[in-house]
Amino acid sequence: MSLMTGDEKHGASATSTLDVLWVLYDRVLDVDPATADSPDRDRFLLSKGHGPMAYYAVLAAKGFFPVDWLPTFGTFDSRLGHHPDRLLVPGAEISSGSLGHGLPLAVGTALGLRAQDNPARVVVLVGDAELDEGSNAEAIAFAGSIALERLTVVVVDNRSSSLGRRNGVEHRFAVEGWHAVRVDGRDHAALELALKQPAPGRPSVVVATVEPKEA
Amino acid sequence: MTATITLRPETPADMRTAFAAATTELLDEEQSTALVLADVSAQFFGEAKARHPHRVVNVGIREQLLVSAGAGLALAGMRPIVHTFSAFLVERAWEQIKLDFSHQDVGGVLVSVGASYDWPAGGRTHMGPGDVALLDTLPDWAVHVPGHPDEAAMLLRHAARRSGRGYVRLSTGRNRDPMPVRPGRFHVVRRGEQGTVVAVGPVLDDVLAATAGLDVTVLYAATVRPFDAQTLRATLGRADVVLVEPYLAGTSTRLVADALVDVPHRTLGLGVRAEELRRYGEPREHQRAHGLDAAGLRASIDAFLAPGRR
Repeated sequence: MSLMTGDEKHGASATSTLDVLWVLYDRVLDVDPATADSPDRDRFLLSKGHGPMAYYAVLAAKGFFPVDWLPTFGTFDSRLGHHPDRLLVPGAEISSGSLGHGLPLAVGTALGLRAQDNPARVVVLVGDAELDEGSNAEAIAFAGSIALERLTVVVVDNRSSSLGRRNGVEHRFAVEGWHAVRVDGRDHAALELALKQPAPGRPSVVVATVEPKEA
Repeated sequence: MTATITLRPETPADMRTAFAAATTELLDEEQSTALVLADVSAQFFGEAKARHPHRVVNVGIREQLLVSAGAGLALAGMRPIVHTFSAFLVERAWEQIKLDFSHQDVGGVLVSVGASYDWPAGGRTHMGPGDVALLDTLPDWAVHVPGHPDEAAMLLRHAARRSGRGYVRLSTGRNRDPMPVRPGRFHVVRRGEQGTVVAVGPVLDDVLAATAGLDVTVLYAATVRPFDAQTLRATLGRADVVLVEPYLAGTSTRLVADALVDVPHRTLGLGVRAEELRRYGEPREHQRAHGLDAAGLRASIDAFLAPGRR
């Protein structure tokens, strides 16, 4: 991550996601550079496109693109922008940056896989402040009401939502019928267990607690 | 874009019925087709939902999700048809169209009802005259404006079976008869020397009434994006061009300018005026108020083509 400079204002945002991303790509998701275009791959959607340095670092470490792309971060000829572009970044399922798009897109992707009897999982990472966007409310309520079980949301909760959320992030999902758990966002074993835990008949959310402004 | 219209043996009564029939056929024929609704028109798709429970999706009154879910289906390899009122489809969910379809570079078909003032008694909240102008800010959207239920069905099938992004703008306004439409090409209705009138979709009958006795070419456009510059140039007499569009006036004038960049010309853009009427009533009354009835069109065209105006 230290190879990428120029977006230091999102440094804490980037590091908040690092452990979740590593556990996903190292232990949970069925996707690698060889299967990145396979219809059967698991889909990971980074909705919280701010501060993608951790995302790029993990993708590079896993071989989706060369590590020597990282120092080009944010430059004119680079494929790696301050918000990811799926047409430029190998392994990136969506372009993101404007908050509140990834979860609704993940709902549609999960619907599409379900319609094709494709058992692949869809995992989307959002931030706790991003959940303030109303588009997420539409997606959470709908996915819960139709029991979209192949969908998993990871909320990185570093308490950056300006007004907070009464009863906690997980309550927001649970009232809509989701399976919800909260784990330490730095505990790899706990993250792996939560992300692999089946939730038959309903979508699931894993709220990963990270200390605010932790770098 | 070489397909021509094949008239159905039984013409549906209106464009929305034609849309429902054509979409149901597509769902039956194409395993990749998915329909996403936000309650509007769901009453047409009960049987289709029963046959294809995972490819007919009603998200409820959630228009941002409507568009994003459609794009997500496309990301998963499906061909989505996404449908609701134009005001809620194109305007309310505008960023979802911009980012989730265009920026993600995935394909799909948006199908609107309500057009500019199909339900004037519903007021401004249910009017969407700026839809085509908004889509014009994005590249690579094919825009179809059928003027007859048969054209609507044909253009929908065309849009659904290609791979890009398409918008089909349905309306209650319609012409008496279908035209021999070819997607992407204007149809030459008649030829004249003293100017060209381009009639878009359901305004054709009024344009023909308005131009009766005038020595002008009348072109019919049921597809406006891409804009058929080739036919405009090939049929051009005197380089005075009148655009009559059933949405925001002047939406396509820049495309006439592009088409005739090397030809000194004049353009008059007629359509729905930007100013709010703040009136209810019937579509015909709004058509008249915007100068889009035959009498209003004739007055505007006469004034534009008058010898003293050149």
